[in-house]
Amino acid sequence: MNSNFQHNQSAHCESGVASNLLKHHGLNLSEPLVFGIGSGLFFGHMPFLKVNGIPATTYRIFPGLIFARLCKRLGIEMTKQTYRSESKAMDHLDKILEQGMPVGLLTSVYYLPYLPEALRFHFNAHNIVVFGKQNGKYLVSDPIMETITEIDREDLQRARFAKGALAPNGRMYYPTFVPKEVDLKKPIVESIKKTAVDMTTIPVPLFGIRGQRYLAKRVAQYPIKMDKRKAALFLGNIVRMQEEIGTGGAGFRFIFAAYLQEASTILNQPWLHDISKEVTETGDRWRDFAYDAARICKDRAVTGENYQKLSEMMLECANREEIIFNKLKKISLT
Amino acid sequence: MEEDKVPQDDDNVLEGKLKVLKYAIDKNGNYTKVKTVGWEPENIVLSQAWEEINERVDAVRSKVLNGKLSPIAYHMEKQMLDVSMLAGYVGYSSFRVKWHLKPWAFKRLSETQLDKYANAFRISKEQLLKTD
Repeated sequence: MNSNFQHNQSAHCESGVASNLLKHHGLNLSEPLVFGIGSGLFFGHMPFLKVNGIPATTYRIFPGLIFARLCKRLGIEMTKQTYRSESKAMDHLDKILEQGMPVGLLTSVYYLPYLPEALRFHFNAHNIVVFGKQNGKYLVSDPIMETITEIDREDLQRARFAKGALAPNGRMYYPTFVPKEVDLKKPIVESIKKTAVDMTTIPVPLFGIRGQRYLAKRVAQYPIKMDKRKAALFLGNIVRMQEEIGTGGAGFRFIFAAYLQEASTILNQPWLHDISKEVTETGDRWRDFAYDAARICKDRAVTGENYQKLSEMMLECANREEIIFNKLKKISLT
Repeated sequence: MEEDKVPQDDDNVLEGKLKVLKYAIDKNGNYTKVKTVGWEPENIVLSQAWEEINERVDAVRSKVLNGKLSPIAYHMEKQMLDVSMLAGYVGYSSFRVKWHLKPWAFKRLSETQLDKYANAFRISKEQLLKTD
């Protein structure tokens, strides 16, 4: 039972799954449109939230919010379920698949055998689509992969019920109502405004532009506050969150710039195309930061001077983003 | 980032299993999707992360071989599990799992209990007893 599901490779799992699932239901939205309308772009640094002793940094909003906001803004209805019984969860999955319905699943990256070993950390908020079964294996459309892959029942069950932070608890979801046509103009304006407001006005100093400046200050202090090895690990983690985990490059900034280009066309507002260029340039600066940071990690060149330079690069990115988002805040339908 | 400047730094990180998708601008300044096998900074920080994990695993392995910790500690470190996660998989309390990290407590585990740990780690009972 395969539902003729169209697999399209994406940069990011949540926006990729959303785009592919909605396309299956007749609503054609690109990954950048999904990411943007879901107001996915963000920034946060939470020193109190540690993974393996390293503070959390994020370049996007909390997992699940992209899809949730997208559905709300476009009038899409979804059914979502978590389970206490692993076998019930797998049986329910089989039942839905038999009806020819592809589903989204939350899984742990660690337990997906088709992924390269080097990427398999314990990350429990990875979205995939399962759309059928063949020779006893489940057919997977994992948006970060180039093609369809397979997984056996035992592995999928373990991936769906992995323990730890953000445990998926077998979460399964699929659309139950998808409008045939949608007016994207109002959702686009709303979503851009939301992103701009969140990046510039959240009063907590850990988020948005404030968060970038906060982290920049902390990065300058790393060589003073900790030993070389720890400083390099902390810095390396920032680079990983920015570039490694399916961000499409530059901490989702390139996907956002692609969104602004599409928004510009749909709204017929050419100024958005210019802002898109500014976002691309800022993305390139983030990548310069990543490049220099990685070199410093590699050479273990943990000096006050080097980290000060990185801090300044990050502050420059913050300044650029502040200008960008203050402009985007003014977006309207006309 | 321009389409033709998307780096292709292959460190075999991806084992040929996939190429990752990035967004870049084409010659007309419009965004397009580009596949890549890797970028040196990403490869560097990822290896650094694994080096750190491998060093911790080696340190725990030594402690196990020196009789200070049970093999459970080794497999936990190898699979990057903390006590609470392992407790969830094996169905014991965190307190009990911590207790089983002691070599003398581990030696008194029954075959059934060893099976539970082996299943939790998704390894065989033979592998459970070793620090390969």
